[in-house]
Amino acid sequence: MAEEGKVEFELVSPEQLLVSEAVDMVVVPGAEGDFGVLPRHSLLISEVRPGVIQVHDGGAVKDRIFVAGGFCEVTGERCTVLAEIAVPVEDIDRAKIEAELKDLREDVADAKSEEARAAVDARIKVREAMLAVAA
Amino acid sequence: MASLKELRSRIASVKSTQKITSAMKMVAAAKLKRAQEQAEAARPYAERMERMLGSLAASLAGRAGVSPMLAGTGKDDVHLIVVMTSDRGLCGGFNTTIVRRARILARQLTGDGKTVKFLCVGRKGRDQLRRDWRDAIADSFLDIGRPTLEFANADQVAQRITDMFEAGEFDVCTLIYNRFKSAISQIVTDQQLIPFALPEAPAGGDGDEASGSTAVYEYEPEEAEILEALLPRNLAVQIYRGLLESTASEHGARMTAMDNATRNAGDMIGKLTMTYNRTRQAQITKELIEIISGAEAL
Repeated sequence: MAEEGKVEFELVSPEQLLVSEAVDMVVVPGAEGDFGVLPRHSLLISEVRPGVIQVHDGGAVKDRIFVAGGFCEVTGERCTVLAEIAVPVEDIDRAKIEAELKDLREDVADAKSEEARAAVDARIKVREAMLAVAA
Repeated sequence: MASLKELRSRIASVKSTQKITSAMKMVAAAKLKRAQEQAEAARPYAERMERMLGSLAASLAGRAGVSPMLAGTGKDDVHLIVVMTSDRGLCGGFNTTIVRRARILARQLTGDGKTVKFLCVGRKGRDQLRRDWRDAIADSFLDIGRPTLEFANADQVAQRITDMFEAGEFDVCTLIYNRFKSAISQIVTDQQLIPFALPEAPAGGDGDEASGSTAVYEYEPEEAEILEALLPRNLAVQIYRGLLESTASEHGARMTAMDNATRNAGDMIGKLTMTYNRTRQAQITKELIEIISGAEAL
């Protein structure tokens, strides 16, 4: 059970449990707009769009974590984010991502089927969102 | 009786085999540990996904127009069996038991007048099934998760299954894999992937969890839309879990098999050395007798 006035924040990727801590507030980029989660938030399940999760604790933004989409479940005392990819914003390597982006753009040109192009497009969107955040 | 030279080379060859098997055992043990850790690390995601899906499905239960991935296509004429095996051999009965189970299931289904298709993950399963189910193999994934198993690998398989399902190529999908119990015991498990079988509500969960699953959630966007996104995701998670379990089982099975092989090689070396020494002694005795009887004849 969470401490009084705190939200139990959990960030999970398929590979591992990344974060599990009690914080003051979490701001999650929901599919239909950002939402803040404070203790005793109503029950909510939301899709998450690529963006930044802000973790507020002690009156300041403690962590900023980039997620490439996923799902979020909020209960009165818990906020669980199931992320596909999660990277702390300060760890985003601009040069590396720009290189990847370049490769992917070439892939789009080479893509044969409609589906293959859509798959690459989705990956490009994630990378672009990442860059926008790192700027 | 084999000659001394033959025995000597035989012993040398068994010794080098023993060296290989014991090295393989060591490697398998190290890999097993890593695979186990990976499987444990992946558990929280699968658990939470299951919980979310459970509450979603509960709130959508009985409603019309639910995704066929959850509700089924309304028939079960064509079955897709996903056979998860390893890419490499030398791991005891690991692959054979899986394939045997797949064969039994397939025979049973065809006996009931259903059509069976296979999706092979892993080279060994494909090779074994190719002998008698050649035309039933829809697709196969080889060398998946090499060098390291990532979620993207599972996603790839899930994507293929989703595509096939959407194209109406099958109605029911079952996954057969080895569930890891311990290094010496793996359990062949059938798991129905599509339509998604909701896990029974966990009995004896703490009160907090129980109230969470019955309470009414708000959904953003609509339930159906989230479900649409969540179900393929869940498929990938289930497959990822299967892959991890299967990898851990493979290394466990190989470790045990190689341990036995090392021990057998040891026994064999013992026996061969015994024969070698006896033969040598017999030869010396024979030569002595020849010399003595030769001297006596003079």
